[in-house]
Amino acid sequence: MSWLLNSSIGRKLIMSVSGFFLVFFLIFHATMNMVAVFSEDAYNTICGLLGANWYAVAGTAVLGGFVAIHFIYALLLTLQNRKARGNANYAVSVRPSGVEWASQNMFVLGIIIVGFMLLHFSQFWYKMMFTELMGHHEVALGTSTVSPKDGAEFVKFYFSHLWVVVAYLIWYVALWFHLSHGIWSAFQTIGTSGKIWLSRWKVIGNIFATVVMLAFAFVTIYFYARSVIDPSTVAMYY
Amino acid sequence: MTTILDPKKDSKIPEGPLAEKWTSYKGHQKLVNPANKRRLDIIVVGTGLAGGSAAASLGELGFNVLNFCIQDSPRRAHSIAAQGGINAAKNYQNDGDSVYRLFYDTIKGGDYRAREANVHRLAEVSNNIIDQCVAQGVPFAREYGGLLDNRSFGGAQVSRTFYAKGQTGQQLLLGAYSALSRQVAKGSVKLYSRYEMLDVVIIDGRARGIIARNLVTGEIERFSAHAVVLGTGGYGNTFFLSTNAMGSNGSPLIQAYKKGAYFANPCYAQIHPTCIPVHGEFQSKLTLMSESLRNDGRIWVPKKKEDAEAIRAGKLKPTQIKEEDRDYYLERRYPAFGNLVPRDVASRAAKERCDAGFGVNNTGLAVYLDFSAAIQRLGKSVVEAKYGNLFQMYEKIVDENPYETPMMIYPAIHYTMGGIWVDYELQTSIKGLFAIGEANFSDHGANRLGASALMQGLADGYFVLPYTIQNYLADQITVPRFSTSLPEFDEAENGIKQKIAKLFAIKGKHSVDSIHKKLGLIMWDNVGMARTEASLTKAIEELKALKNDFWTNLYIPGEPNDLNTELEKALRLDDFIEIGLLMAYDALNRKESCGGHFREEHQTPEGEALRHDDEFSYVACWKYVQDGSAPELVKEPLDYEFVVRQQRNYKS
Amino acid sequence: MDKTINIKLKIWRQKGPKYQGAFKDYSLDGVSVDTSFLEMLDILNETLINKGEEPVVFDHDCREGICGMCSLYVNGHPHGPDEDVTTCQLHMRKFKDGETITVEPWRSAGFPVIRDLMVDRRAFDKIIQAGGYVSVNTGGVPDANAIAIPKPIADEAMDAASCIGCGACVAACKNGSAMLFLSAKVSQLALLPQGKVEAATRAKNMVAKMDELGFGACTNTGACEVECPKSISISNIARLNREFLKAKFND
Repeated sequence: MSWLLNSSIGRKLIMSVSGFFLVFFLIFHATMNMVAVFSEDAYNTICGLLGANWYAVAGTAVLGGFVAIHFIYALLLTLQNRKARGNANYAVSVRPSGVEWASQNMFVLGIIIVGFMLLHFSQFWYKMMFTELMGHHEVALGTSTVSPKDGAEFVKFYFSHLWVVVAYLIWYVALWFHLSHGIWSAFQTIGTSGKIWLSRWKVIGNIFATVVMLAFAFVTIYFYARSVIDPSTVAMYY
Repeated sequence: MTTILDPKKDSKIPEGPLAEKWTSYKGHQKLVNPANKRRLDIIVVGTGLAGGSAAASLGELGFNVLNFCIQDSPRRAHSIAAQGGINAAKNYQNDGDSVYRLFYDTIKGGDYRAREANVHRLAEVSNNIIDQCVAQGVPFAREYGGLLDNRSFGGAQVSRTFYAKGQTGQQLLLGAYSALSRQVAKGSVKLYSRYEMLDVVIIDGRARGIIARNLVTGEIERFSAHAVVLGTGGYGNTFFLSTNAMGSNGSPLIQAYKKGAYFANPCYAQIHPTCIPVHGEFQSKLTLMSESLRNDGRIWVPKKKEDAEAIRAGKLKPTQIKEEDRDYYLERRYPAFGNLVPRDVASRAAKERCDAGFGVNNTGLAVYLDFSAAIQRLGKSVVEAKYGNLFQMYEKIVDENPYETPMMIYPAIHYTMGGIWVDYELQTSIKGLFAIGEANFSDHGANRLGASALMQGLADGYFVLPYTIQNYLADQITVPRFSTSLPEFDEAENGIKQKIAKLFAIKGKHSVDSIHKKLGLIMWDNVGMARTEASLTKAIEELKALKNDFWTNLYIPGEPNDLNTELEKALRLDDFIEIGLLMAYDALNRKESCGGHFREEHQTPEGEALRHDDEFSYVACWKYVQDGSAPELVKEPLDYEFVVRQQRNYKS
Repeated sequence: MDKTINIKLKIWRQKGPKYQGAFKDYSLDGVSVDTSFLEMLDILNETLINKGEEPVVFDHDCREGICGMCSLYVNGHPHGPDEDVTTCQLHMRKFKDGETITVEPWRSAGFPVIRDLMVDRRAFDKIIQAGGYVSVNTGGVPDANAIAIPKPIADEAMDAASCIGCGACVAACKNGSAMLFLSAKVSQLALLPQGKVEAATRAKNMVAKMDELGFGACTNTGACEVECPKSISISNIARLNREFLKAKFND
């Protein structure tokens, strides 16, 4: 199986498969977020399940692994590709019509996404699963303390800050661009694409990216709007 | 006293009935055993359909092959530009085709100036070519049932042309190139791209190597072998403007000629009727539109001179001319073949109309090729499926939409039937030197039928030369490899170096192209579609003067021992002038009209070509004497044993 | 007579692979819009030669869009701003009066510059030598009509086979990848029954050779397809991926 690591198509397959996995995770995450809109209790139950249980930790490790693989291979391929391009750059270079902007900027988009991911982790994962793993049962949130299992409180707290909301929305836009190219590209790489399916996967990829990102954005804006309309829900943190 | 060649002894035409000659030859020829093949080196110059397929096939047989091309890759050889198709006597259409009919059409199309035995062999192996190409993965056009499709071509009443869209040459060449690449990977063929042959080296009367220039470094290098094969194409670029690629040249032919090989029938040059007309003085080449367009396109000019004048002045559009005011002159003159008459006939008819004042375009040097009837009959989508890429090409060049307005076409130099004289074994008059494809003279007589060039190139390379060369090499198995430090190599290399030094020493003021354009004009005006004793005599004088002009006024920038495109062109131009002279001498000698050679003094009352079989039924072979002297004529009589010669008739 | 334009040219001049190159400015007046781009360069070269300078070196041969010899990166596009043409089919009517035209060589580590605008594309030959063929010797093959091939399949193979090997795909690709070139050949032969026999080894060997020669990996930007003068589809790349992965998983 050394071809997987050594050949260009093998490396691309790794990108494709790890990408698919992350897409599935996004579906799960978006669904879970939507639950918070309807029932904070239900959301907290899910957060509880995802706490310091062995399967949640294992799942997180696997997820982290895929993110790492996706990122490392992106880095490897980008370096290899830059070398293949040669040192000389074109003096005039035009993006031909029909070529998506995202497709030529996937690595930059990826870095933006990872940057916001760190923010996200510091706000949620670090204060939830990580805290639990450290053996604590309480964590500071604003001027108050809450249980690390009480996910809904984290959501309400962070999404009451306008800058956080704006930052997350930027993140979603970057993710949307990344997915709009990434999804059909992943199908192209594993070879399940032909003259007709090529355009179908593009449409499917765009619809998917839009739906999932709208779901994320909806939840984010929803909680911000709630905090503005009814500040009492988050007053204890200020 | 003119030397006369003996068809049996010199041309080595086998005995026996026509249809059995090739079989009988193969049954009796000498072969080389596999162990000995490895010890024999063969140089193949050129990687087109003939050179590429020969190098691949010889490599497969186990010979040690050195293959040269001037382009960066063997896949760029100009065979790639052939559009229409390749003939074969498969009779898949059940329309009455046969090996004999293909043979007969080719002989007749060549105006009875080709060797019967060679042409019959060509027709015989034509079917193997199609099988071979399909096995290589050439994507020929197919019918809905999955079997191969055919189209019609000029000069035939059957559909025997196999095609791959309008890119048949490309697909066949890529097939040969893939076979060649396989041999390169195996190590049986060594490839030298961006190398140009500059001389053939003769040792004890036999071709034993070549001198070639590495076009990237400018270095002159030596290569030795037991035999040398020239598959270097034709010399149409003598005319400067032609449908040939910019790099196509006749220099290897002149090198062979100057070393003693006969140059046969140089005056037989084919003028292709369907090319995009000339637009301006800086035009560098003429673009061909496939002859297949004549399957559905109708050729016409205005019936009334005033209409033609109005069109030339830009006051009238072709679509405004009523049906009854159009002269479909090919359909009118040749009811039986109509728009599908052979190329020479179609070209001359176009010239005749334009000379008579009915030509269109602002120059008056064009006729219409109209698809409106075909679009009406078949629908635009069918026409597009058949010719879409050609229509697109036309529109990109001319900026007019051929679906809406008729195309304009005019004849242009396309192919040269003449070439180095070869015997039945494709061996030139120098032992160990072979010529294949367009580089030789052998199969097309005075005119080549459409879709037959691909057939001949591949026939020579795949199925003829790999046999016949063994008859020569069988005697060479005890000859050890040659050292390239032999005095003959020194002499050849020094000769080239001196010539290059001489070219640089001229230090004149004119570029190669500017002199080449002058050559083109002399040729087109005097040795072109219509020739006369006066025009040819004038041409010889002008060409001699041009040679002088070249050697006094040429300027080559840059260095000799470096990449130098101007030097490459200069070396080729010197040889083109030599070829121009040969063409003029040959045309002057041939006091008849036949195929691509039309002498105005020799025509029928209706303006058709008039042959004189009693006097000129021979191959005119020209032997080099010395620089500045007229060449010496050697005749190979063409005895027609099997076909009765007739005045060609495409009327009924 | 014809409409003419005046143009300014910025042309890359480089003595050889080891020399530093630079742009040089030229101007040409009264260029007929009916001349082709390469004829315009001929005119420029004629003026340079008349001045005793060395002409601009560029690759070209058939000048009818089929040999694949011409290259040139014109105003940010391989084969220039017109669609579905090679540089030799590009005409000056595509440019405006007074326009500055920038002409660069193909730039990719796989295609080192030989001189000025001429690059070395022998890497493509090496990729084909690695398996871009059907292993049949001359003679001894079955009748051409022995195997029926559905017309849509034959047509698709033909579309893939129309690749001219010019290298515009590599030049256009930000990754310097040769996947479109390679996939066109793999696709053509994988579609046809004659080529299916060796489909697995072909895909593996050709990809290995491409990687070895230092071409980049495909990131599906599709720039190659857009700039390809023969409109070779990137669906061929999907087929190549499929063939390659199938072959590897069957090992």
